[in-house]
Amino acid sequence: MKPVGMCRMCLVEVEGVRGFPPACTTPVTDGMVVRTRTDAVEKIQEGVLEFLLINHPLDCPVCDRGGECPLQDQTLAFGPGESRFVEEKRHYEKPIPLSNMILLDRERCIQCARCTRFAEEIAGDPLIDFVSRGDRTQVLNFAEQPFESYFSGNTVQICPVGALLARHYRFKARPWDLATAETSCTTCSVHCRGAVQSSSNRIVRLLGVDLDPVNHGWLCDKGRYGIDWVHADDRVREPHLRVGGELREVSWPEALDAAAGEIRKVLRMHGPGAIAVLGGARGTNEDAYAWARLAKGVIGTDHVDCQMGDGLPAEVVLGVRRAEIDDCDRAGAIVVLGPDPREEVPVLFLRLRRAAKDLGVPLFDCTPVGGSLAPYAAHVARRVPGEPVGADVVELAARTARERGGPLVVVAGRPSVAEAPDATVRSIAAFGALDGVDVRVLSALRRGNVHGALEMGLAPGFLPGRVTLDAGREWFTQRWGGVPAGRGLDADGILRAAAEGRVHVLVLLGADPLLDHPDALLARRALEGVPFVVAVDAFRSESAARADVFLPCTVWGEQNGTVTNLEGRVQRVARRVAPEGTAMDDWRIASELAYRLGADFDLATVDEVTDEIAAVAPAALGATAALVRRARDGVVLPLREHLGEIVVRTRGLSILAEEGAGTSWDPIRAGGAAPAGAPAASGEPAPRTRRRRPVPARTRRRPRTRSSTRTPRASAPPTRPRCTSGTVRQAGPPRPRVTRTLCAS
Amino acid sequence: MSVEERRIVTRRLHERPEDSWTIDGALASGAYRVWREVLRTGDPAAVQEQVRLSGLRGRGGAGFPTAQKWSFLPEGRYPRYLVVNGDEGEPSTFKDRMLVERDPHQLVEGIAIASYAIGCNLAFVYLRGEFALGYERLTQAIADARSHGFLGRDVLGSGFDLDVVVHRGAGAYICGEETALIESLEGERGMPRIRPPFPAVEGLYAKPTVVNNVETLSTLPHIVEMGGEEYAKLGVNRSTGTRIFSVSGHVKRPGNYEVELGVTFRDLVFGLAGGIRDDRAVKFFIPGGASSQWLTGSDEHLDAPLDMDFVQQTYGVMLGSGAVMVFDDTTDPLLVAWRLAKFFAHESCGKCTPCREGTGWIEKVLYRMAHGMGRPEDLDLLFDVGDNISPGVVNAPFTQTTICPLGPSVVSSIASLHRYFRDEVQARVGVSA
Ligand SMILES: Cc1cc2nc3c(=O)[nH]c(=O)nc-3n(C[C@H](O)[C@H](O)[C@H](O)COP(=O)(O)O)c2cc1C
Ligand code: SF4
Ligand code: SF4
Ligand code: SF4
Ligand code: FES
Repeated sequence: MKPVGMCRMCLVEVEGVRGFPPACTTPVTDGMVVRTRTDAVEKIQEGVLEFLLINHPLDCPVCDRGGECPLQDQTLAFGPGESRFVEEKRHYEKPIPLSNMILLDRERCIQCARCTRFAEEIAGDPLIDFVSRGDRTQVLNFAEQPFESYFSGNTVQICPVGALLARHYRFKARPWDLATAETSCTTCSVHCRGAVQSSSNRIVRLLGVDLDPVNHGWLCDKGRYGIDWVHADDRVREPHLRVGGELREVSWPEALDAAAGEIRKVLRMHGPGAIAVLGGARGTNEDAYAWARLAKGVIGTDHVDCQMGDGLPAEVVLGVRRAEIDDCDRAGAIVVLGPDPREEVPVLFLRLRRAAKDLGVPLFDCTPVGGSLAPYAAHVARRVPGEPVGADVVELAARTARERGGPLVVVAGRPSVAEAPDATVRSIAAFGALDGVDVRVLSALRRGNVHGALEMGLAPGFLPGRVTLDAGREWFTQRWGGVPAGRGLDADGILRAAAEGRVHVLVLLGADPLLDHPDALLARRALEGVPFVVAVDAFRSESAARADVFLPCTVWGEQNGTVTNLEGRVQRVARRVAPEGTAMDDWRIASELAYRLGADFDLATVDEVTDEIAAVAPAALGATAALVRRARDGVVLPLREHLGEIVVRTRGLSILAEEGAGTSWDPIRAGGAAPAGAPAASGEPAPRTRRRRPVPARTRRRPRTRSSTRTPRASAPPTRPRCTSGTVRQAGPPRPRVTRTLCAS
Repeated sequence: MSVEERRIVTRRLHERPEDSWTIDGALASGAYRVWREVLRTGDPAAVQEQVRLSGLRGRGGAGFPTAQKWSFLPEGRYPRYLVVNGDEGEPSTFKDRMLVERDPHQLVEGIAIASYAIGCNLAFVYLRGEFALGYERLTQAIADARSHGFLGRDVLGSGFDLDVVVHRGAGAYICGEETALIESLEGERGMPRIRPPFPAVEGLYAKPTVVNNVETLSTLPHIVEMGGEEYAKLGVNRSTGTRIFSVSGHVKRPGNYEVELGVTFRDLVFGLAGGIRDDRAVKFFIPGGASSQWLTGSDEHLDAPLDMDFVQQTYGVMLGSGAVMVFDDTTDPLLVAWRLAKFFAHESCGKCTPCREGTGWIEKVLYRMAHGMGRPEDLDLLFDVGDNISPGVVNAPFTQTTICPLGPSVVSSIASLHRYFRDEVQARVGVSA
């Protein structure tokens, strides 16, 4: 935000300059001598503080900000003990709504314009402004026009006092009672960094944390305020088993035994192809990995899909050269194929808007219906739904990027579920075929950890770490003891097969096909056609209500682990509250089931899962729990430091979209897999070539020996990741808050 | 006390009271002759040079040399704009209103000459919203000037284009401050901008912009006609030429008087304005608009010359907008200070803390003091609060903690109370002398 120099708390003396210029609006020059502690300056600062306080209600004891208020801090540090103001303070109705989420206590406002500047400059929603003059100056929304911005909650966070209040959090807690953990929001796939705060084991607030490459400190309201569901009354807190047509609460061993028993029975009678797993885009990478290992390595089915027929083919998402969000800032051009980022990945919209509006990057709005970015677009080229971007637009974008220099960033998701993904895929292919332009794709798939799930192999034809089933067969057979024989079905195919009675056990990993699959009728027929449903979920969704075994899982805020955002950036999510009821982490549920199916994953903590991923999944090589914990900005996969090693350690196994390889899902096509965008091949996976004899069943877990037991023997011993500081920024102590100024932010 | 008005800028409106504002009346008394000549000569630099030689200083308040202001425009950057400050909000100032209502063609001619000199093809007039008659007459004048070929495309066949847009203000004093005015013109809330960048570099629509006062521009045709050197012979020292003073308060004949700079306050108050009602004595007067510090009815002050630099350097007061407000010996200076503070508290734009909160605080304290509720400690409180808005104001040279000079304006009267009426005020709040 541009400095306004309003509060006047930062006035200083500058040698050779008359008067007291504000530090926040005075550019530093060579040889400048600035004095911040002279008597005159200190008198001014105390004077300004006194001015700020004369009309301030000082109702700190009932103010949400009390305890974390810059004004309070400064008053404590520098303020007068008593007020010289004996008149009546200014009074206003306390508080008034600016929208149905945001309240404003005008008595507490110090007119710093942080909120109004944010709304206009950052969010592009100038719905609040100053009204009136003098000491009646106040922030208000316009008549009949509430402050309805997708980003309004940020103003509450940056308001330096308790003037802007969230209805959601008001009177919920006192700052000193809050316990905080740094985490990422997983409501969508941007994974904005945040601090989740709880009081008495209830999550009460999510604050944005400045992660420079991702969210710049902002959150969207969906992410910020969509946290109440964690403790919702209708959370399923105990395992359930269908007995006599009804779901009954049972113990975990009963529920797990029932699920494993059915799976074993179906495996014996119908083979692995009769078992399918849908979902998994909601959990952590560890959850997804454990489920991929269970489904593909233990059960042997490749009918696994974390998308719900509403995304893009895995080979495209995993195969293209990925962009980082920061690439947008220095891009030669940005092409947005859809969807409207503000609707689906809101904070990415803020970054794209900034790139286009403030940094002057030419943006091509090629979404079929337009939306929030159109006002900032250099070119608007509406495409007919179902048709790819025209060759002329591709050429113009390429020329623009070449002329300006910098990559051509293509933002691609699924504009609408009514439209098949083909048009988007063909558009990406057209850009990928360009010569002399560095084309990078920024996936705009929305679902929380869909990118992590795809990377962990929860998609037909893939294994963890961006390798195809065929390419990774040998490697993973060694690691896991076996992999499916052939490519399985995607969500569409699974539902169709289920509707036709060919799926005998359907596992729903937080998936609700009745609600989420574009073809709700097909989903209904599928759920009716499948004899046994295992739901791993936190809520009894319409689909999950159909479960024969319901296994309640933990959710965001209750889980530790890592997640991967749309850039391929791995960050930690943190557990802040104890799980509701006896809810269990998904990865643990998977290992429990695996154990009952005769495979011991030998994983005791979530860090061990992370480390196994870092050792086994080629693209994730080196991304150990310790590294991710240390890295302040998370780590973007594949780690540059390990690119060479990936080849060495996996003995030539190549991952998709290696550095510099450009758009590279071509090799998959050449290798015989389905061309990108085409419906997934084949019905039944071929029977597995080798019946795996998993790790001998043990009645008791072996004592933990260090991770070497799980490290692939064939490879070099794991070396400690060598981090160059350029790639991985070390997490430091919490950044101190500047407390001497109020309007600069 | 036989001083005469020296009517240059007010000549036409006095000579033709019946039709000075019409195109016919104006043309009959020589309007646009200079403009025609300027275009014929075709030398913008020559115009600038005449203005420089004339020593003309802005009549809007700050008294900044006009030619120098123009010279700050960065070379080669176009478009650039001329913005005419017709907001005239300074209490007791009413000269621009007269010029706009009664001699709009002189203003248009001045705008044209200035625009030509600085290379501007689009000028804006920001007119105080309350000037209904002025708006009517000015827009009519612009329309008539256009139809006579004095404005528009290819003015008088010279190849020079010029159009003038009139924008009406919405009643905020702060919109007279040049950067707030520009914000307001752009459709934003009228709040001053942080400088730098200065308007000359980045003003209206982020383009190089000159802001000049109505009277400043109305003087231009005469400067060009007389020649800068000739004009500079009028006046005194660096205060050249004539100025219109709006004299008000307890005088017998309040009104606008155009005098040669260098005459005394006594000439204005007792000569032209006819002295004090009931022939009482002057207790104090405000020499340059509500923002200025005060002078008293002492002979020394009354005999001070109307010389911008002299009064500034000698008494720390300014001629400002040329509004002289006179108060007789029945006046309660506390009440005056309170009323002025009330104005500034009301008009503070609210952008910076010391002014937003400080003006209101001072107003409240002065109210109590003026209405018998003062406490002994209030006087020191006032000075200290004033000092926090305008450090050093009581002991000049003063600076400011605010963005624009509006905040410090409220301190002017406090400083004046301190300097001239300390005993009287102390007595009122119960401090024994
Ligand atoms: C609070 C404030 C109010 C002002 N009001 C006016 C005004 O009403 N008219 C005016 O001409 N100048 C006003 N000024 C001065 C202008 O900022 C500016 O200096 C002037 O218009 C420049 O014109 P000049 O150089 O021709 O005097 C005001 C200044 C301040 C700080
Ligand atoms: S952010 Fe600043 S201006 Fe906005 S409500 Fe809070 S204190 Fe007031
Ligand atoms: S943009 Fe996405 S990740 Fe960021 S706060 Fe919103 S929902 Fe959460
Ligand atoms: S001094 Fe007063 S009027 Fe000027 S910018 Fe500050 S608040 Fe606004
Ligand atoms: S004026 Fe500089 S921080 Fe507010």
